[in-house]
Amino acid sequence: MTAISQDPSIMMEVKDLAKTFTLHAQGGTEIRALRGIDLEVRKGECLVLAGPSGAGKSTLLRCLYGNYLPQAGSILIRHEGEPTEMIGAEPRSILAMRRRTLGFVSQFLRAIPRVPTLELVMEPLLSQTVPKDEAESRSVSILRHLNVPEHLWGLAPATFSGGEQQRVNIARAMIFEYPIMLLDEPTASLDQENREAVLDLIASARDRGAAMIGIFHDQGAREAVATGVFTLSSRKEAA
Amino acid sequence: MTEIPLLEVESLTRRYGRRIGCQDVAFTLWPGEVLGIVGESGSGKTTLLNCLSGQLPPSEGRVSYLTRDRGAVDIWEISEAQRRLLLRTDWGLVHQTPSEGLRMGVSAGANVGERLMAVGARNYGEIRTEALHWLDALEVDRGRVDEFPDAFSGGMRQRLQIARNLVTRPRLVFMDEPTGGLDVSVQARLLDLIRRLVSELSLSCVIVTHDLGVVRLLAHRLLVMRQGEVVEAGLTDQVLDDPQHPYTQMLVSSILPV
Repeated sequence: MTAISQDPSIMMEVKDLAKTFTLHAQGGTEIRALRGIDLEVRKGECLVLAGPSGAGKSTLLRCLYGNYLPQAGSILIRHEGEPTEMIGAEPRSILAMRRRTLGFVSQFLRAIPRVPTLELVMEPLLSQTVPKDEAESRSVSILRHLNVPEHLWGLAPATFSGGEQQRVNIARAMIFEYPIMLLDEPTASLDQENREAVLDLIASARDRGAAMIGIFHDQGAREAVATGVFTLSSRKEAA
Repeated sequence: MTEIPLLEVESLTRRYGRRIGCQDVAFTLWPGEVLGIVGESGSGKTTLLNCLSGQLPPSEGRVSYLTRDRGAVDIWEISEAQRRLLLRTDWGLVHQTPSEGLRMGVSAGANVGERLMAVGARNYGEIRTEALHWLDALEVDRGRVDEFPDAFSGGMRQRLQIARNLVTRPRLVFMDEPTGGLDVSVQARLLDLIRRLVSELSLSCVIVTHDLGVVRLLAHRLLVMRQGEVVEAGLTDQVLDDPQHPYTQMLVSSILPV
């Protein structure tokens, strides 16, 4: 029996997860990035991934989002109330989980040419059939909270500074109240004021009951949001 | 989420004499889903697209399409006339070269309106209104409705071709390198427009391209083809960020970084 099916407060349960990269262009070299990962996250928890550089923190986060393909194990998430297996799920099921359940805040914005900032931020809400005026007012308030200057809202972020792009990205990723959120260094390279604004958003998402797993390099950020730590040991030797 | 697939393809094979065009291809396309088919030239992706879209009979296999009125039909079992009707109404087909999908001897407005006339529209005013609506949707200046396709730039001509296809409100659109041969800046704007229309109209699409940037932006999932066979399939960002097959790894690593 899985714990997630017994305990409704568990939002994600990972069992015996393994990820190996096979580099075919380099004679089939295998890199064992992750082995035997077991973890669970509950509502209102923020689990911080710790471990040296190269331990597989980003790889784990990407596996949990369905972006990397694990070789073995199980990732059960509570999707629309039901424990749902991500590994081996059809693309359209993973996309449905990402639309309604699983948010991802990454460091880098994959710029979509020509889409204005305000529309980019509204998009996750519109795809959930939130009415347009509500989507717009929520987008305006999150952009204000993140200090994105109003004269930029009508422009595509491709030409913005790195910090501005990062805040637009965070606004887009956090506008919808995903039940589970994955955070890949959301505060890296932000100045003090904006770092506080982002940590504030994360803390309030956690307090409303979101289950979170994140990578935070700075100690202050960890202290502000973490409820627990999951430590990955350094990378295993290539087989 | 609708639970009935729009298109079901089983063990589809097309041979040219002894040479293989595509071999043993199978997939299911769901309503609203955008499928990208990638691979180098000669990998069989256009052959596959032609077999799916009623252009080229397969040597073996089935292509089952969910019609609006008769349930699922094998598109290679129905009559030629029925197949052509599907292509004029429920399906769109966007060619890489706009002149293949446009009639160069009639105006932009007539090009867009023609598919409506083919399905029985006769009121000139209504046809013109619809044509103007689709020129607007594709961001083509409506003041140019009476000009001939020759007078338009490559990018604008491609928009005309797309408008011509969308005017009958198809459910399934096939696209063959829709942005191939266009300037990079024109490509980016056209891609963005296609992306928005596909989502607003909940279109299902099959897009063939060798350009991984195009599928990154448009496709929900991918088939990677090599020498006529599908070597890898999956969620678009997973296939591009964590490719499993040696050929896909080679394709992804061949992109020049910008």
